[in-house]
This record gives sequence, C-alpha cells and structure tokens, in this order.
Amino acid sequence: MNKRITFIAMLLLVMMIGLVPTLAQDTIELNFTCYQDGTECDTYADLLDTFMEENPGIVVNLETVPYQFIIESLPVIVEVGDGPDIARVTDYPGFSDFYLDMRPYMEDPALLEDNFNAVPLAAFRSADNPDGLHGFPDAVTATAPFVNATLFEQAGVELLGEGATWEEWIDALTQVRDATGVDYAFTIDNRGHRFAGPAMSMGANFFDEEGNFALAGDEGFSTFAEMLKNWLDTGLSASETWATGDTYTAANEFFINVQTVMYFSGSWQVGGFANTIGDAFDWVVVPNPTGPGGSTGVVGGAGIAAFDSGDDARNAAITAVMEYLLQPEVYAEFSGRTLNLPAHAGALEIGVEYDTDNPLVASALTQFGAEVGKLQDQAWMVAFNPFSFAYFSASNTRLAQYFFGEIDLEDVTVGIQSDIEDAMANADNS
Amino acid sequence: MERSSEKPIGQVPSSRLTIRSFFEAIFQFIIDAVDTLFSRLQTLIGIKGMAYFFVLPNLLIFSVFILGPMLLNFLYAFTGGNSIFLQNRTFVGAENMEMLFTCSNFMDPNTCREDLFIRAVGNTAIFVVTQVVWMIVVSLFTALLLNRRIAGRGFFRSVFFYPVLLSPIVVGLMWRWILQENGILNSAIVSLGGEKIGFLSTASWARLWVVVISIWSTMGFYTLILLAGLQSIPLELYEAADIDGANEYRKFWGITLPLLMPTMLVVVVLSTIRAVQVFDVVFAFTGGGPGTATFYIVHYIFNNGFASATKEFGLASGASLFMASVLIIFTLVQLRLRGVDESS
Repeated sequence: MNKRITFIAMLLLVMMIGLVPTLAQDTIELNFTCYQDGTECDTYADLLDTFMEENPGIVVNLETVPYQFIIESLPVIVEVGDGPDIARVTDYPGFSDFYLDMRPYMEDPALLEDNFNAVPLAAFRSADNPDGLHGFPDAVTATAPFVNATLFEQAGVELLGEGATWEEWIDALTQVRDATGVDYAFTIDNRGHRFAGPAMSMGANFFDEEGNFALAGDEGFSTFAEMLKNWLDTGLSASETWATGDTYTAANEFFINVQTVMYFSGSWQVGGFANTIGDAFDWVVVPNPTGPGGSTGVVGGAGIAAFDSGDDARNAAITAVMEYLLQPEVYAEFSGRTLNLPAHAGALEIGVEYDTDNPLVASALTQFGAEVGKLQDQAWMVAFNPFSFAYFSASNTRLAQYFFGEIDLEDVTVGIQSDIEDAMANADNS
Repeated sequence: MERSSEKPIGQVPSSRLTIRSFFEAIFQFIIDAVDTLFSRLQTLIGIKGMAYFFVLPNLLIFSVFILGPMLLNFLYAFTGGNSIFLQNRTFVGAENMEMLFTCSNFMDPNTCREDLFIRAVGNTAIFVVTQVVWMIVVSLFTALLLNRRIAGRGFFRSVFFYPVLLSPIVVGLMWRWILQENGILNSAIVSLGGEKIGFLSTASWARLWVVVISIWSTMGFYTLILLAGLQSIPLELYEAADIDGANEYRKFWGITLPLLMPTMLVVVVLSTIRAVQVFDVVFAFTGGGPGTATFYIVHYIFNNGFASATKEFGLASGASLFMASVLIIFTLVQLRLRGVDESS
C-alpha cells in the first residue's frame, strides 16, 4: 500500500516537473524601460504587480533608468532592435518608426482615443499611419512661476495675480529682493523649453501656417531674450544658471535655498519642493505673467509608448498592459501618487486624489491645472512638433551665446531657425 | 626533531621530489605538444608566416575595436540621415565636410555655416597652445624640485601624482563646487570682505580655470616622465661643470635642458594629443560654457553624435575625421623629430 502511494506521488511529481517548462513557455515576459522625476517608476511597479496578479501569463520587468539614458541611448537601442516593449519617453515623434499600432489588439480603442488631447496622440504617429494608437501621455506638465510668498510677506509687498504683466512682476520682485536682501529677483532654468512660454506671452509666434517652426526674426522671442539678458547683466537673475553651455542646469536650488524670489520652471518640481522645502517657507505657483501675446506657459511631460515586437502574442500582451494602465481609476491613482497633472479625461472625471497633506502642494497643482486650461495652441505644438527637440537643443545654445555676448540679438532667432532647418534636412536624408 | 637533525644537509624529501617530477613531466608534455604543433605549422607557413601568426590575436582585437570603427567613421562622414545603420544612410559626398568648413571669414565664426564647429576648433587651438606650454613649464619645474634631495621627497612625488588617479568627472565636479558662485572659494572671498567672482560665468575666468584644472589633474604623469629623464642624466657631467665653476643657471641651460630634450619631446607630443582630445573634465566642470567659451572639438562631436536628440552622425564623423587628421600630423611630426634626434 505504502509503496503504491509512494509510486503515485512520484508519478505526480514527475508530471508536475514536466509541466513547469510548459507553464514557463506560456508566460510572456515584457520589458518596460522607465525613467522618473519623482516616484513614477516606483508607482508603475506597484500598479503592475496588481496587473500581473490578475494576468498570470504576463510578466512585466520594469527597469528604471536615468533620463539621460532615454535621450541618448534608447534611440540607438531601439534602432538596432534591442529596444524594450514599453518605454516612458518624452520625445514622442522620435520613435515613431518603431511603435506598435495597438488598435487591432485593443478591447476598447476609444479608451485611448477619446480621453486624450489630439496633439500628443498625433505626436506618436508616423506620416504613413495617421490614425495609429501607439501610446499616451501619463503626465502633463506645464510651465509657470513659483514664488516665495514668505519673502513677499516679509517685504510687505503684495503678491500679484492673474493679468499682471512681466514688467509689473519684475518691479515687485526687485522690491522684494531689495527689502529682504536675497541674491536674485528671478531665476529660470537654462532651457529653451522654459523660455518659450514667456516668449509667447511677449508675442512670439513659433510656427507658420503649416505648423513648421518659423522663428527667424520673431520680435516676441527677441523681446523676452533681451529682457532676460538685461536681468542677467544687472544681477536681477543668476547668470551662472545659463553659464553651463548646453548642459541642463536647474535653478531650483536658488529657490530652495531662498536665494531667489521667483523661480520659473514647471509642475514637475512640485513633488520635489514638497520634500525639500517642507515648512521652511511658503511657496505658491502664480499665473503666468502677461504680455502683448497673452499669458501662457508651455506644455510638456512624459508618456508611455508601446513598441512593435513583430510577434502577435507579444503585441497582444503589450497592449493588455497599456490598456490596464489606461483604466481611469488606475491612471488616476498614478497621477495622485506621483503628484502629476493628469492628461486623461476619464481620470479627471472620476477625480484625482493627490497623495499629499501639504496644502501648498494641493494649491500648486490646482494652479498648474488652471494654467493647462489657458495654454495657447502653439504651447502644445512646441512640445510635440517632430522637430521640437531640434528647437530645444538650438535654443539652449543660441540663447546662452547671446547672454554671454557671443552673438547679437538678431542672430538668436536666425541661428535657432537655421539649426532646426539643418535637422530637418538631415532627417530628409533618411 | 631527532630525525630531522639526522637528515643530510641539502637532501630533498622523496615526496617533494615526486610532486616536482610530476609537474615537470606535465610541463614537458605541454612543451612537446606545442613544439610539435608549431614545428608543423612553421613547415606549412614558413618563418615569416609564423611572425604573422603570433601577431594575429592582437591584430584581430585592433581590427575589431580600432581599425573597424575608424573605417566606419570614415564612411559615415560621407553619409547623411538619422539612421545608425550604414545601409539606411544616404551618400552625400563631401557635403558634411563642406558644411563644417563653409565660412566667409574663419576669424569670425558667426559668418560660418557650422559656427559651433569653428568656435570649437578655435577654442581647442587656444587651449592646446596655452595648456601644453604651461604644462611643460609647471611639470619641468616640479620635476626639477622633486629631483633635489629635499625632505619628504617620496611623499611629495605621491602628492603630485595623486590627481592623475582621479576620474576626470570627479575632478571637474570637485573644482565646480570650489569655484561656483556659492562655492568654497567665493565664500572665502566674501568672508574676507570681497565680492563674489563669476569664475564660471565669465568667459576669461572659465577659460583660465579650465587650463589650470587640466594642468593640475595631469601634470603628475608628465612630471614623472621628466623626473625619469632627469635621473638618466649622468652625474659626472654636473661634477665636471662644478669643477669648471659653472653656476646653476649655466648647468640647467648647458646640461639639463639639452639632455632632457628627447624626454621633453615625448612629453610635448603626448600632452598635445591629450589636449586636443580634452572633453570629460571640461564637460563636468563648465559644460562648455559660458556661451561656448570652453566648448571644444570632442564636445562638438559628442553633442552631434550622441547627446542631441537629433542625431547628426555625418557631421560628428566629419569632425572626428578632421580631429584624427590633426592628431596624425602631430604623430608624424613627432616620429620625424625623433628620427632626426636619434640620428644626430
């Protein structure tokens, strides 16, 4: 009897061992390359744990990489065929030849198509597939100024609000700086992206009627460049920020260390400020200052994109992951936990509960939400044009050259336009 | 104890002998096998062929990692487009070179088609001349000091060599923290009642500090070479000069410098090549700024080929080709000078 039981047990064990490779064969392993400004990848890891519990046949290996990797290495890795199945990217058009059109695999394409602004969705598409669905923005960012409210209070200067012009702001900021003795009135990251919003407010028109960059000779752009140079030369703004060539230098440390009254950046700084500033001083996000061109920041942000694996079963698994992350409640949880502005109409409808008990953070995110609502069309286009990155790169260099006296004001826009056209000509050779 | 005292002097224990003969037998077997193999191979390909056979492994590595990429770089320089695959790129002839060197006035980069490249070339030329001259002066002075019988000579030799061991990125960041607006040096200046100096935001200061830092971080290596050169000068010459009543100045110009020339030449060539290739330490220190004041050729290549989202491999390869040509010229000049020196 005992021998028989042992025999049956052994047989079952052998059968189970035999089954293991079969089960392993049925499991599809996907690679997700992710970068994070705050806790985005950590949050995705948690959300995907739930997904994998619900879908035992799919395993998602999430790899967190630095942003530089996404910009410098990912394009090469994707082109040589070793790219991931899903990636968090910012240059949506940059990978358009390699994306997966998820429509044939999606249970409900409307979940993607109807919930997002058309401009970013179009940015994922290549010219030969104008209706494809390849990815979606997981965070919208907007640029606007952060102000140290405590310094305003100490200086006895009233904080300005909606409709205040750049001139009025600089006047007020200078008063606060002089009264409190901090180093600077205003600082801004050394990026053409941050510069674009104020330039548009000063009347810049970045695009022609066909939607191509047309900056040469633009007066609005030159006006704000001249204003900023004046502030840098007179010490109202930190020239060291713009002194690092085309290397990114965030001026946020000046704000955190109470060396500047206003810091012009974007919504992605909110989470960081909540942690680093704490209750050291009160900070607020104020409406973008106004000029002849209105009051606007520019949009930005990151999105996740699906890459074509060339295999139907794998592509279906990739789409399943993307559809899970597109569920309004999942998306809303991602936005809430990462303190990012949602781009998903469905998520906005059910409401995003930001994971913070800091009233400054909640107020800042509300103000950024309001700024997204009043963005100009060109403020979206500047982030999602196929040659946006050519503009970003060129503007960083040319503006820095102008600020340090290497080129004249009129050469700034001409130089940027020429650099963008070179990039377009180079792309035409492909 | 008693047994060992009875053992004749020089006698090896038999167990140790057995182990030794075992290993000797194995060694002999391997040698015989190799000899048989190589003898047959030599019969087959001849003595000259054997030379190539021994060089082959190194040649393979050299071909895969140096010659191949150089050839690819050459081909890329004549193509356009964003694709990394050569077969997907368009042949554009000398268009990239033309773009790099189209200029109304080379002295005014703003009149050039690819003004950033011309600026990078100009900056590199100024940097090379300044850095190499000062590098030689400082290294020679240090080597002369360290060649003297001073207290703690070994310690000071280590101190001067230590920066060579540091990563260029660490060097760049460390000096950035010292010199930035809120850095240690400015804090010291302010605490002494002075005003902050824009070491990183003023072009002239940034250029000066780049030279200083690159000398600081590499001079230990060249000092060591010069020190070896100084120590190879026969002491009898100095003794003879002493008898003739020559002073230190005469001894330096009449003995030290002429006999140090071959070593100096090596230092000049090595430091020039290294100066032309300057990038990492400056990238971490100034990022090429302010403006493009410290923007050098390798930085231009890096930006176009790797850092920028709009990859222009053709332009980057064209610039690499130009830089390689300059370095080849330097190397040929060095070989020629060495030839002249050896024959004289």
